[in-house]
Amino acid sequence: MLYSDKVMDHFMNPRNVGKIDDADGVGEVGNAKCGDIMKVYIKVDNDIITDVKFNTFGCASAIATSSIATEMIKGKPISEALKLTNKAVVEALDGLPPVKIHCSVLAEEAVKAAIADYYKKIGKEPDPEIFSCTGCCESCGAEGAHSH
Amino acid sequence: MLIYADNAATTAVSKKALEAMLPYFTEHYGNASSIHRVGQEANKALQQARAEIAAILGAEPKELIFTSGGSESDNQAIISAALQGAKKGKKHIISSKIEHHAVLHVLDKLEKEGYDITLLDVSPEGLVSPESVEKAIREDTALVTIMFANNEIGTIEPIKEIGEICRKHGVIFHTDAVQAVGHVPINVKEMNIDMLSFSAHKFHGPKGIGGLYVRKGIRLLPLIEGGAQERGLRAGTENVAAVVGMAAALKEQVENMEKNAEKLTKMRDRLIDSILKEVPRVRLNGDRVKRLPGNVNFCFEGIEGEALLLMLDNLGICGSSGSACTSGSLDPSHVLLAIGLPHEIAHGSLRLTFSEYNTEEEIDYIIKVIPQVVKRLRDMSPMWERIVKEEA
Repeated sequence: MLYSDKVMDHFMNPRNVGKIDDADGVGEVGNAKCGDIMKVYIKVDNDIITDVKFNTFGCASAIATSSIATEMIKGKPISEALKLTNKAVVEALDGLPPVKIHCSVLAEEAVKAAIADYYKKIGKEPDPEIFSCTGCCESCGAEGAHSH
Repeated sequence: MLIYADNAATTAVSKKALEAMLPYFTEHYGNASSIHRVGQEANKALQQARAEIAAILGAEPKELIFTSGGSESDNQAIISAALQGAKKGKKHIISSKIEHHAVLHVLDKLEKEGYDITLLDVSPEGLVSPESVEKAIREDTALVTIMFANNEIGTIEPIKEIGEICRKHGVIFHTDAVQAVGHVPINVKEMNIDMLSFSAHKFHGPKGIGGLYVRKGIRLLPLIEGGAQERGLRAGTENVAAVVGMAAALKEQVENMEKNAEKLTKMRDRLIDSILKEVPRVRLNGDRVKRLPGNVNFCFEGIEGEALLLMLDNLGICGSSGSACTSGSLDPSHVLLAIGLPHEIAHGSLRLTFSEYNTEEEIDYIIKVIPQVVKRLRDMSPMWERIVKEEA
């Protein structure tokens, strides 16, 4: 099998799929040409991510990384969610094939983009070090990242 | 439920082919080059298989060599024609943008070595026009190589017409017929074909065996040196069991070709009509009529092919896709791009290819499952959300 059982589980039974109509922050990364787009919605209360949902267009690993990333930040303070790394996502999924590593980068970036959007809404200046994603596949330069 | 719908990738070996092969592993295991009776028994089977396959293709036994399969045949035909063309100062080769990689990668290599390669565009249905071939032919054209039928979208090319043009201009014409042999009628003489590649495992024969037809009068060069097998054109002890299995499989396929094609075309068209009716924003890739009987290829907007494949696999349906994620590269299939699809649509491709072993009940199940799976993936796709918004 190409994927770990954990990836297949999160792909076949993705957690937190959906949208939040009155979200406090929405982040979208990736593009259609590359074949993956992730959109993360967060609800924030007292600096805690109380709810999170996602929508993803992409392959099985794109869906699985979105799913597990939302699970990893749900109920966490924003400061902790910002520490989510693509490496942690890969480890939580018991590994990803090398060509799919970029999906985990996308998941990390989608979470950060949602938090950046929340910061914008409450008038807080986001740290440019943390929010490097421009929505373009090339910006992160991760191994296996798409380039066109 | 297990539905195998990936027959363009490979097929199950038929019972008849398997039975024909078995004695050649344990009883008639001789080396066909040996002088003794065990060797000659094997040699007899080899020559009989050659005669049978040649007759089916409308060729002479001498015009047929056995290879390890389609890729080797394509490599040998193209490299051989290129090397001999170069000797006469002819270093131009014409092909199309939708060829199999066994052709395209060889042409890439030749281009780096100084050959001039013209890759013809195809129509939105994937058809190569014979006129475009004629226009591309030059004084220094050494070879035209156009596939008989496309492995992804199933489009059947106007081979006879292209062959006629090549013959008229004295240019060698090779066709990669890996997807066509055993599935559609082929006669190399009537179709003006100079070289033709085929592979047994695409028509219920074993893997690792195939052949190359080379018209009398055209010189072929060996890729593999080291022995007098195949008249010095392909060294290596012949895989007699596989050759026998290939001949048995092809014979069976050709005997039932009309019946199978009728059954498959009916199943194929029912599936196509149903999906086009039931699922919004879907397109059929390839020509609607000039199409392999068992080939179906769709693009579903707003979803990605690998995710679709894995969900279908989970429900017992085995297909394939030309999405970037399944091709192992960053771009979706070159065939889907060549017929003019944008990347984002090509990512959502699904190919289902059937054989006569598939049943109407399986088609019923596929017709029921595909719309559900497509909907499930679209429901979680931000791209689909965008498409729906733009439509409203």
